[in-house]
Amino acid sequence: MIAQLTLIERQRAILISAAVALLGFLMMLAGRDDPMGAHGALIFVASILMIFRIGGSYYAPPPSDDRLRHYYDDPSKVGIVISMMWVIVGLGVGDWVAWQLVNPDLTFGTGWSSFGRLRPVHTTSVIFGFGGNALIATSFYVLQRTSRARLPDQVSPWFVLFGYNLFCLLAVTGYMMGITQSKEYAEPEWYTDIWLVVVWVTYFILYLRTLARRKEPHIYVSNWYYMAFILVVAILHIVNNLAVPVSLGHAKSYSAFSGVQDAMTQWWYGHNAVAFFLTAGFLGMMYYFLPMRAGRPIYSYRMSIISFWGITFFYMWAGSHHLHYTALPQWVQTLGMTFSLMLLIPSWASAGNVLLTLNGAWDKVRDDATLRFMMVAGVFYGLATFEGSFMAIRSVNSLSHYTDWTVGHVHVGALGWVAMITFGSIYACVPWLWKRERMYSPKLVEAHFWLALAGTVIYIFAMWNSGIIQGLMWRTYNDSGTLAYSFVDTLVAMHPYYIARAVGGLLFLIGGCLGAYNIWKTIAVPGVTEEHASDLPQPALAGALNAAAE
Amino acid sequence: MSLFGFHYRLERKAIGLTIGIIAAASVGGFVEIAPLFTIHQTVEDAPGMRVYTPLELAGRNIYIREGCYACHSQMIRTLRDDVDRYGPYSLAVESKYDHPMLWGSKRTGPDLARIGEKYSDQWHVAHLNNPRDVVPVSVMPAYGWLLTTELRTDDLDLHLKAQRRVGVPYTDDMIANAAMDAYAQSNPDSPQADGVIKRYGKATTMRAFDGLPSKLTEMDALVAYLQVLGRLTDAAHKSIAQAEAGQ
Repeated sequence: MIAQLTLIERQRAILISAAVALLGFLMMLAGRDDPMGAHGALIFVASILMIFRIGGSYYAPPPSDDRLRHYYDDPSKVGIVISMMWVIVGLGVGDWVAWQLVNPDLTFGTGWSSFGRLRPVHTTSVIFGFGGNALIATSFYVLQRTSRARLPDQVSPWFVLFGYNLFCLLAVTGYMMGITQSKEYAEPEWYTDIWLVVVWVTYFILYLRTLARRKEPHIYVSNWYYMAFILVVAILHIVNNLAVPVSLGHAKSYSAFSGVQDAMTQWWYGHNAVAFFLTAGFLGMMYYFLPMRAGRPIYSYRMSIISFWGITFFYMWAGSHHLHYTALPQWVQTLGMTFSLMLLIPSWASAGNVLLTLNGAWDKVRDDATLRFMMVAGVFYGLATFEGSFMAIRSVNSLSHYTDWTVGHVHVGALGWVAMITFGSIYACVPWLWKRERMYSPKLVEAHFWLALAGTVIYIFAMWNSGIIQGLMWRTYNDSGTLAYSFVDTLVAMHPYYIARAVGGLLFLIGGCLGAYNIWKTIAVPGVTEEHASDLPQPALAGALNAAAE
Repeated sequence: MSLFGFHYRLERKAIGLTIGIIAAASVGGFVEIAPLFTIHQTVEDAPGMRVYTPLELAGRNIYIREGCYACHSQMIRTLRDDVDRYGPYSLAVESKYDHPMLWGSKRTGPDLARIGEKYSDQWHVAHLNNPRDVVPVSVMPAYGWLLTTELRTDDLDLHLKAQRRVGVPYTDDMIANAAMDAYAQSNPDSPQADGVIKRYGKATTMRAFDGLPSKLTEMDALVAYLQVLGRLTDAAHKSIAQAEAGQ
């Protein structure tokens, strides 16, 4: 990989790593009495290892200009492999904490392994580790092909990828040490947040630089979504994480906002992390890989436009439905509910667009588990967005909120939509990237599909049941007008569903492991080397897109 | 010019798309969040409300560190069963000094907004040490090490300073005595105890929360925090009394 870098790029990479190492060293000094010092050490060691890695190949012969004839896919390859590592960690920890709710002594009595610290390890590993790396890897892949342009340089994609993984690593190790802001899905502390801003700005500039080199007049739909993902996540991240650190040597910081304003900012962030990280980015993925795999152009160009702008505009109003019946003023709650309902239109327009694209290719859906992953993702996307709008209705929310129904809903989206579209896209992409005829074992892809589907269905049915039962038990009154059940009664009622949920999660985890093995073997077993049509800067999708537009 | 015709041209411009995305995505946040800072009725008045003592603040940070908010909400909704189970519904003012708020999103365990003084210190210590000793079917993790881990107090003044910077009215006196006040609050017989009362008010709970006056542990801090939850102001009780009187 380093042999692909020119001499000046190698020098730049070493310089950047050295600068990061220096930062790590300073953090180590400043935070020597604080958990932050451990993070400084981690950054320092990681950057030194990076310097050694680049330095080891520093005198390798420079690459030939032939490289410029091809897209630059090394970062995508590495991103996909890292993404699969994160999914095993994330699903593994998720299932572990699921079993902890069955048997709480599975913490083994240590601080780092308790539910409260591991839960963000699970959410960060799957959302940011698995999802984020898959988004970065596929965005580079899709961006180059739909623009017919090579990435403008060979250092900044690596900076984005490794910098982003440093962020994930700091986040996850931090939680286990007790470093957290407590804001859900925005738990990392101030210095980790600042680091992500640096990485993210580089990411967007790289995106614009590549688009500026494009040979295709139109920017393809996927890129609208990837751009919205990068831009809006930046806005959300910066505003929600405004905080004052205790000192430059303390990991701990205090949020700039408090109480009701903090709650609204947090759920404006939280809900739109769902919208722009877990929806927009993955829709970008889907708009490229599904039509490519199915061999059909996107059904409707106009539906893509309507759903894109609908999602971008409506979602940002919906966050306050997380705060129904709370101390948040009711006018904000009502706005949130209204926009959540309207959101169903662009959401279903997207889901419909996807499924209608498959018209004429349903025989492929039957035979090809990879395409079936994407089809099922589209179905779960429609289901999750319908359920989300439904749960945003105040009276429904009074039953569902604070219960496992919310957890079930999140996993309809996370397992059924995000993970399925990602696995489908990765299975499509891996043979193309590594120039193989197909995946090492299509049978394992098939097995993974059924394990993932079964796991998802078991999981969400368990959570629907436990959530609705718990919600109903909380609000049941005796004839004498007092509450019928104590909180502890509801815990006893949850127990069987917690077992079922953990079993569903286990099936999903086993599927993920099969996937990782299959990808590993596909890469390791040498295959045919042939130029895929979409690997050369040739018109790929553009023709189909323009045909639909005219 | 049709809308789609306009878009046909817009999607040829990367910067145009960028500006369009930022514009479309910014409206919702501005309309919903900015007025919360300017409309006075958003947060009720509570003149007698006090700030967290250094010990309680340290306990709150342990609560955050251990991720307690993942399973316990601190927000009683305006629903009959919520009020019957947990007490008067939460007011915005009650979390006005909470940077960040800990309203939570999931009740794997019960709401804690008004847990303060509902159970004894001994109960909390036993429960945190091993929840199944007092609630046999509990699924909460055991936090036994809190009893043996000494509380770090030497930087509490920096914590109070940072809190003041985000808007919590800590005085210079409070900041200067932060570490000593933390020690004295869990050691009511010490000569420094009067200072805590002077700075934080007569209603401040002064007890050896973990049962060991000689040692200031993380358990002291966490229990002190749990025991003050819902008790920084009585505004919520007052508003219910007023509503009932008005009927």
